[in-house]
Amino acid sequence: MAAALDDGWADPDKLYSAGRRARHLLDAAREAAAEAVGCRPEELTFTPGGADANRRAIAGLMRGRRRAGDTLVHSAVEHSSVLHAAAAGPAVSVPVDRLGRLDLDEFRRSVAAPGVAAAAVMSANHEVGTVQPLAEVAAACADAGVPLLVDAAQSLGRVPVPTGWSVLTGSARKWGGPAGVGLLVTRAGVRFDAPDPVPPVPVPLAVAAAASLRAALAESAAEAARLHPLVERIRTTVAATVPDVEVVGDPVHRLPHLVTFSCLYVDGEALLHALDRRGFAVSSGSSCTSSTLDPSHVLVAMGVLSHGNVRVSLHRDTTESDVDRFLAELPGIVAELRAQAGATDL
Amino acid sequence: MSTADPDPASSVDPDEVLDCRGQRCPLPVIHLARRLPALAVGAVVRVLADDPAAANDIPAWCRMRDQEYLGAPAPGAYDVRRRS
Repeated sequence: MAAALDDGWADPDKLYSAGRRARHLLDAAREAAAEAVGCRPEELTFTPGGADANRRAIAGLMRGRRRAGDTLVHSAVEHSSVLHAAAAGPAVSVPVDRLGRLDLDEFRRSVAAPGVAAAAVMSANHEVGTVQPLAEVAAACADAGVPLLVDAAQSLGRVPVPTGWSVLTGSARKWGGPAGVGLLVTRAGVRFDAPDPVPPVPVPLAVAAAASLRAALAESAAEAARLHPLVERIRTTVAATVPDVEVVGDPVHRLPHLVTFSCLYVDGEALLHALDRRGFAVSSGSSCTSSTLDPSHVLVAMGVLSHGNVRVSLHRDTTESDVDRFLAELPGIVAELRAQAGATDL
Repeated sequence: MSTADPDPASSVDPDEVLDCRGQRCPLPVIHLARRLPALAVGAVVRVLADDPAAANDIPAWCRMRDQEYLGAPAPGAYDVRRRS
């Protein structure tokens, strides 16, 4: 990292010696990231962020397959960057069940239909943690001859890298790396027609992204083994100690570190702020916490309660006692908010 | 979301209309939860709500509370039958 800051300021496309040193650093970062992902270095590009990688992935796949069709098939719970890109043309949104799992029969039918250019299914959901059945998804795409984009932003560095994709994207911020760096991995042989050149990512950022991905992967098995039971404790304790709560997402096929639940009759924004005052930084999919005032498209696609929603994401510094303090304080906070809303005995 | 679409098949004459327009979630759901038990079993209440979350949360409440969600006869209107 120190070397990257010393030498990485130069333009890696220039031939003077500082430029060549920057080029070496960038090449080494790409090799390290490629090894972590399980691809060849020339298949991997650093992009300015994960959302940017998704946008480029979809545009490149759709352009590369324009003679085959113009339709994108995607799950209803993809990241908003995928949904925004999908909105640029014809798209089929495949529903999920109450646990957030893709409807595989519907997906198989949709992807085999005429005029499909590409498919996009995330490895795991960013709001509810549900892991998608990617082996079956990839098989359906292979049968239909349709390239598959897997947005692995939530799972890279936490669980093993999926297989069977044509294009894979990731976000360094999500594995504990720097903000503003994403990964775009395009398998050799995939028809991909990039819409515009990727702007160069600063070399020190690329180096930090690769180093942090390796570090995250090195401890991912141990971290997953530590966090998985903590999330299990949150799921069971919240369901047992908070009345009228809906713990959301697949209880088994899920990310190790993420848990979401919705509390009936509770204002999500008020709950978020009450937890924040006690030192818990959580997120919410409730409409009152979004700039658009729309509830989370993920919670709506699952048909689960969207108000009073809290998303807890555990990270490497989260301790067991943090979790226990959260679980001890939550029931009282929810009860107080319900009392304030006059919703105690409903 | 299909629950938000007008569904002519569900069109019934409601026994009561609960006007929750202008209220943000969870208030429409709280008002529904307060009012429904006061009606007879089998009665239908129509909730009028313009908060976009209502289209999702009223059916979700019916599922959690074992009440019958009949559908949306018009945008921003949700019919619920007291089942128990």
